[in-house]
Amino acid sequence: MTTVLRPGNSNCGGCGMSSALQLFGRAVEARPVQLVIPACCGAVMAGSFPFAALGVPTLLSTFASAAAVATGLSRVARMNGEATRVVCWAGDGGTYDIGMATLSAAAERNEDVLYVCYDNEVYGNTGGQRSSATPAGASTTSTPGGKREEKKDILGILAAHRIPYAASISLAHADDGLRKMRRALDLGGFRFLHLLCPCPTGWKSEPALGIELVRLAVRSGLFPVLEIEEGRRLRVSVEPDFSMEALELYLSLQRRFQRSGLSAADLRPSIDRHWRELRARSGRIVPAERAR
Amino acid sequence: MSVELLSGNHAAATAAALAARANRAGRGFASGLYPITPSTECMELLCAQDLPKGAVVRVESEHSAMAVCIGAAAAGARTFTATSANGLVYMAENAITAALLRLPVVMVVANRTLGPPWNVWADHGDSLLLRDSGWVQLYCADNQEVLDSVLCAYRLAEDPRVLLPVMVCQEGFVLSHTVAQTEVPDQALVDRFLPPLELASRLRGEARVMGGIDTPHVTEAHRAQHHQAMARARAVYGEVQEAFRAAFGRRPADPVVAHRVEDAETVVVSMGTIASTVDRVVDAARARGGRVGSLRVRMLRPFPSADLERLLRQATRVAVIDRDISLGLGGVLWGEARATAPRGALVQGYVVGLGGGDPRPAHVEEILGDLSRREAPGDPVILEAGA
Repeated sequence: MTTVLRPGNSNCGGCGMSSALQLFGRAVEARPVQLVIPACCGAVMAGSFPFAALGVPTLLSTFASAAAVATGLSRVARMNGEATRVVCWAGDGGTYDIGMATLSAAAERNEDVLYVCYDNEVYGNTGGQRSSATPAGASTTSTPGGKREEKKDILGILAAHRIPYAASISLAHADDGLRKMRRALDLGGFRFLHLLCPCPTGWKSEPALGIELVRLAVRSGLFPVLEIEEGRRLRVSVEPDFSMEALELYLSLQRRFQRSGLSAADLRPSIDRHWRELRARSGRIVPAERAR
Repeated sequence: MSVELLSGNHAAATAAALAARANRAGRGFASGLYPITPSTECMELLCAQDLPKGAVVRVESEHSAMAVCIGAAAAGARTFTATSANGLVYMAENAITAALLRLPVVMVVANRTLGPPWNVWADHGDSLLLRDSGWVQLYCADNQEVLDSVLCAYRLAEDPRVLLPVMVCQEGFVLSHTVAQTEVPDQALVDRFLPPLELASRLRGEARVMGGIDTPHVTEAHRAQHHQAMARARAVYGEVQEAFRAAFGRRPADPVVAHRVEDAETVVVSMGTIASTVDRVVDAARARGGRVGSLRVRMLRPFPSADLERLLRQATRVAVIDRDISLGLGGVLWGEARATAPRGALVQGYVVGLGGGDPRPAHVEEILGDLSRREAPGDPVILEAGA
């Protein structure tokens, strides 16, 4: 495996993005990889010049530019016959918000780029403001009373570009995640991976509970784990049990939902609606194998 | 060599394509391109080129156009883009990054005034907004100079002693859309003038972070190095001129282009195509026995202070004409050039030709008249030239 994130990095304890990079390093193995990281927690985690806690060649880009900078790197690698996998490693702010136009354009051009969004549902690097990935009901420093708007369906947006591969990955289901990362690394064209990454600092949650929080989000149906090929073939990778108890636990273990008083019952209708859409698109009315 | 009828935009694209092909034995060429009036025809011609080992990426914004250049340059390719006005300003963030990462990107700017209110015509306000961005800036006065400057720009940008992006500026429509006879060098000669780029600092297979965090003392050191590279760019440009002359038989223009200043008491300093008009007025004044000369600042960054000081040595009255305005100060060129005039010389700033206002000989004569009547310099004089 390639150690992508090395010791000495400055990520918070319990950072979901750190876990995601551990998993990613296992997926990379010996593949030649170059990272493009826009402004985000990932841009500061490696420490300051001339030291870097990153184990792969990396180019830091401006906030909105990752997919376009990666385009340049990838085009030159291909024209020189190099197998380098160019990977964007971007937070939700750089993906859902400021980088959306650039991301959409690179997807439309089907650039040979893997784009990974580690989604911690908040502008973490600036101290915890809302993004369009922040779920309704979550308090942030710019929505102190709780955000009113619902989170964007980023996977749906990317799938609508009919890219070769788009998938969501649960950090609590490492085997499935590893398989998807390897698949995405080896495919050509534009690939998109979405990872829900707990942020103890922004979520006001216990650092040791991050992976469990993701498991609860998956079990309850709040975070669907799926893969979509060519924007058409949708497959549910981990079947939720839609447990209300899991949803209640997910909310109660994070202080960010406390102020708004958001309850599991408030969330259920939109979760059910989203799953009805996913079932229709997967062409599977009967649920797949249940998650263990 | 062939002689072709080319617009400024097509001269720029032709030069970029020659430079692109010259790197086919290297790591190739890549360009992020996005249209904007009056630069569009440059990207259109480049999109129609057959470039071996070349990638022309039609992106969704100027910001991404420069981002593609950054990625490709970091991977060791030769890079190019072209834009204008709002496109340049929209791109500014990444243009600054290209400079701070010391990537030898070359960009052609068709100078146009900023808006809204919308106006597609020429002034230098757009590229001057990026004066302090860390790019070398060259301002052209004719189409041949545009083509030659793009080729020189690569040689200068890629010199290991320089490693800076270079912006070649041409006034929108005045040059970008005016067709003129232009000498186009053969590819074989360009191949010799622009050997394959080998960027020592490019991203390779080993773990290395480009563009990570700089602490204050590191930023202080990096800026000092960047500034020193600018100073070297002035000296290296002299070598580029000689190499260009040896390769193509023409010597590209100096950082400051002098016209009849040897014994001139009155000197008009300007930039871009206005200097061509000034030169005509100077010739007419000389015919009447006046001791008048003209200086055209072609290289704004690095600023050729020593050249200007040398060429203004004998001047007692200096008019600086700006096709731009730093609102609240006056002309940008005036703000910079006035310190290079000899002690005791009267230096007066004039602003004319904003937003495509067309400065004609009568306006230059008006400026010379005003300058000769002055007992002391005053606030910048803003003239309306109209279309």
